[in-house]
Amino acid sequence: MREVVAPDRTYRSGRRRPARAGTALILALGLLHSIEALPQVAPDMPPRTLQDTGLYSDFAKLTVDPKHLAFSPQYPLWSDGAIKRRWISLPPGTAIDGSDPDGWTFPVGTRFWKEFSFDGQRVETRYLERQADGQWRYAAYAWSPDGREAHLVSEKGKRGAYPLGGGRSYTIPSVSDCKVCHQGRRTEVLGFSALQLSRDRDPGAPHAERRPDGSVDLRSLIDEGLLVGVPKALQERQPLITAASGTERAALGYMHANCGHCHNEQGPLKNVGLFLRQAFGASAQSAVASTVGHPIKKPAPGQSPDAVLRIEPGHPERSGLMQRMASRYPALQMPPLGTELVDEEAVSLLRRWIVETDGIRTEARHEDRGDE
Amino acid sequence: MRRIVLPLLAAGLAVPSAGLAQGTASPPLQRGEYLVTIGGCNDCHTPLVMGSNGPEPDMTRALSGHPQDRAVKAPATVSEPWGGSFAPTLTAWSGPWGVSFTANLTPDPETGVLRDFTEQQFIQTMRTGRHQGQGRQILPPMPWQNYGRMTDDDLKAVFAYLRQLPAVRNKVPDPIPAAK
Repeated sequence: MREVVAPDRTYRSGRRRPARAGTALILALGLLHSIEALPQVAPDMPPRTLQDTGLYSDFAKLTVDPKHLAFSPQYPLWSDGAIKRRWISLPPGTAIDGSDPDGWTFPVGTRFWKEFSFDGQRVETRYLERQADGQWRYAAYAWSPDGREAHLVSEKGKRGAYPLGGGRSYTIPSVSDCKVCHQGRRTEVLGFSALQLSRDRDPGAPHAERRPDGSVDLRSLIDEGLLVGVPKALQERQPLITAASGTERAALGYMHANCGHCHNEQGPLKNVGLFLRQAFGASAQSAVASTVGHPIKKPAPGQSPDAVLRIEPGHPERSGLMQRMASRYPALQMPPLGTELVDEEAVSLLRRWIVETDGIRTEARHEDRGDE
Repeated sequence: MRRIVLPLLAAGLAVPSAGLAQGTASPPLQRGEYLVTIGGCNDCHTPLVMGSNGPEPDMTRALSGHPQDRAVKAPATVSEPWGGSFAPTLTAWSGPWGVSFTANLTPDPETGVLRDFTEQQFIQTMRTGRHQGQGRQILPPMPWQNYGRMTDDDLKAVFAYLRQLPAVRNKVPDPIPAAK
């Protein structure tokens, strides 16, 4: 019987009148097609331009302020193939509280930027800033086609920000959609965590990025006093996902980064019982337990009736998780937002994992029976 | 005919509020009933049937969504200047998004859309326009943008009221995608 063990150092991981109905329809149609004008800037609004957020020391030359710290998570979020760059800025003299390994606490004034490019062209830069009341401010800036300006996007987001081919286009998400993912667990910061910044990077991670020169990681943050209170186990050994194989490690890491912000044991969707986020010190690999051989609770619209299990070992085509991940039919697709294109590299990885999982399980059954 | 319809209507209207009329309901339930009524939830989630005075909500199926036996195979075909259409029950809507069917809001354990929702997920669904607050988009013409402006207490009252409705077993069809 295969079992995933989690040593201390690892992550387990009335009646409607026609006129009223017509009004509702017109409103709905309007919402589908409208692109909002920029709102008037109120005192609590984010800066109007990316330049005003302080990312650059020389905006004309697009020189990022060297005081900001570049970083690169080992398991990147799929965003329709966008090439990304990321930075964090901590107020002088402050540090991140790392005492909760599953939810670091960032000082007031912390800023994050994430830049999205396609075909060498900057399209969007997202911005997060921790405010004095502890709340995070969300903003997105859309780059002009000539790459010279980046202006605040309406809270409703922006469709058609960049053509992706096949009639699809990249969408800058609404603030509401940003929060759907970022507020799905204890901390609103995603992609900047012990596992994501581990020096023991997964060579099999889909879309793995080369670490930027001078970028920070878990070890350097601790050494430079920018991350404090980290449990001893994490200080001594770099975290990694415990898995039965390299394929499984990469598959679990991918789901951690792309699904785990909603599907975890802490957030509002915990009653779904799908736990794809790797949690520190967990006693079992819940991402495997809640998928492999686990029945689908409620089929989504468009789900094939032959999908009975979330993952059916040996049968990716009959696995509900695969059907949803490989679809971009809005009612079926997973993730349900933030992507217009199927991540073919990840689909290939998970198919391989599901096929291999069947082999591992068969082998384990033979071992249980003492077969030669 | 009038003498027939009025008692039927009265009987139908009494179904969802029977407990309330007997004084057994707590204030949040009364508030929830009030909000559901003035919010027009029945307008789309309770199928219309033809009566002597024209279309009227079939309160024996209150808030149970598009009837499963009313098959819709494809989006409506309309020409300019029209942009969409709806079924006579007002529970199926056709537009640029395809065809949407209003959900079964009753607490039926097998077909009610809210059967797996927590109270917080219901609130977030109204705030974000996404299933269980984080999933697929709710399709037009559901005006969640308006209901999302309600207070938490009001949305909790609506949820509490919906959870004590008589369960109606009715499996609403899946939406039909727009033709490419």
